[in-house]
Amino acid sequence: MPATHHLTTPLSKDDIRKLRIGDLAFISGTVYAARDAAHKRMIEALDRGDPLPFDPRGQIVYYVGPTPAKPGKPIGSAGPTTSGRMDAYTPRLLQLGLAGMIGKGNRSRAVMDAIRDNVCVYFAATGGAAALISRCIKSYVVLAWPELGPEALAAMEVENFPVTVVADCYGGDQYEEGAKPYRRV
Amino acid sequence: MREISAELIRDTVARLAVEACCRLPESTLNAMRRARERELSPTGRDVLGQLIRNADIAAAENAPICQDTGLAVVFAEIGQDVHITGGLFEDAVNQGVARGYTEGYLRKSSVEEPLFERKNTGDNTPAVIHTRLVAGDRIRLRLAPKGAGSENKGALHMLVPADGLEGVKKAVLETVRHAGASPCPPMVVGVGIGGNMELACLCAKKACARDVESRNPDPRYARLEDELLELVNGLGTGPAGLGGSVTAFKVNVEFCATHIACLPVAVNINCNAARHAEAVL
Repeated sequence: MPATHHLTTPLSKDDIRKLRIGDLAFISGTVYAARDAAHKRMIEALDRGDPLPFDPRGQIVYYVGPTPAKPGKPIGSAGPTTSGRMDAYTPRLLQLGLAGMIGKGNRSRAVMDAIRDNVCVYFAATGGAAALISRCIKSYVVLAWPELGPEALAAMEVENFPVTVVADCYGGDQYEEGAKPYRRV
Repeated sequence: MREISAELIRDTVARLAVEACCRLPESTLNAMRRARERELSPTGRDVLGQLIRNADIAAAENAPICQDTGLAVVFAEIGQDVHITGGLFEDAVNQGVARGYTEGYLRKSSVEEPLFERKNTGDNTPAVIHTRLVAGDRIRLRLAPKGAGSENKGALHMLVPADGLEGVKKAVLETVRHAGASPCPPMVVGVGIGGNMELACLCAKKACARDVESRNPDPRYARLEDELLELVNGLGTGPAGLGGSVTAFKVNVEFCATHIACLPVAVNINCNAARHAEAVL
């Protein structure tokens, strides 16, 4: 039976060790919005020896490129984008202390290994539930690279953001395990 | 000869862009409701419940169903007795897309060149426009915004005739298996069979943009749609890929004539937000 957790960022290693694949979690606090272009720039910054625009230790990155905010709203629709496109960049961020990611879809072997070896977690938000998810997002502040538009690096305050644990620090993979009882071909 | 102004085409496209991105077709919503009833996984049912709530919120607030409001794919059937006045057809469509995506607070996801700078065009143009000349004096415009999560998981398989029906089934099944959770299941799978390379892909895109409640008018291909759906739902991928019995709402198949030596099979996947909006001028 999957457990339900209420988590506040930054996450500790103890928080992460309690999480198992299939568990539900409601996340509150700051999460960092970044996708393809912001990841590329973060890695370029590290290659130059520059610091990242935020301290990644214990933090969660949300793979999202929201629609523009309507007047009076903090953000537009903001569901997860496909995580696999960030696979090339992710292990390095996890080694620097990033606690986890929110996205959707399968990860590479290298990312799954880095999640296990660095005691991290990968959550899935429901792809396509972008209007519903945006109700959990209370603020959205661009931290770097505003010229990237929806791909800019931003800090978001979230309240009870619903996610499912899809990769845990024990090597579990919900995408693999979850399908097994229903697989007929 | 009936005159239709470029301005009317522009305004219609702008309206269709917002409508398609914010309002899920009733048929897709019905497919979600039916899927929630028959889904065996409790997590899967919960995901489908979220998607139905999401569609309700999006419609009520005129907010995008998904943040990926896609490239604007436009299928246009232009009656050859129509005379378009006051501008070029493609300019009118692109102006409509720019206006709809800007005024409707939709995301601009188009980059002007794929490899070097990847600079955003800023207004989601250019649209992907597929035009057919047809009989009559009307213009039918169908706008189907297409996000990348599902688009990236499509594939073209250049089979040969000896591969036959089993080869087609295997190609579709392996494409969907490989797609996993990324295209936001439950999905709509569009399959194009026959033609040559580009025609197979276009057939798959048309199939993908077809309504979930439609069936191929040829009973043999309608039966294939059912068989493929049964196979795909046997993968266990389930809603959001978390495991379950409903991986796809529907498999739509389109076919066309092909070469004696060819059996192309294109698979174009649509996400759970199977969106489209249509108008006839």
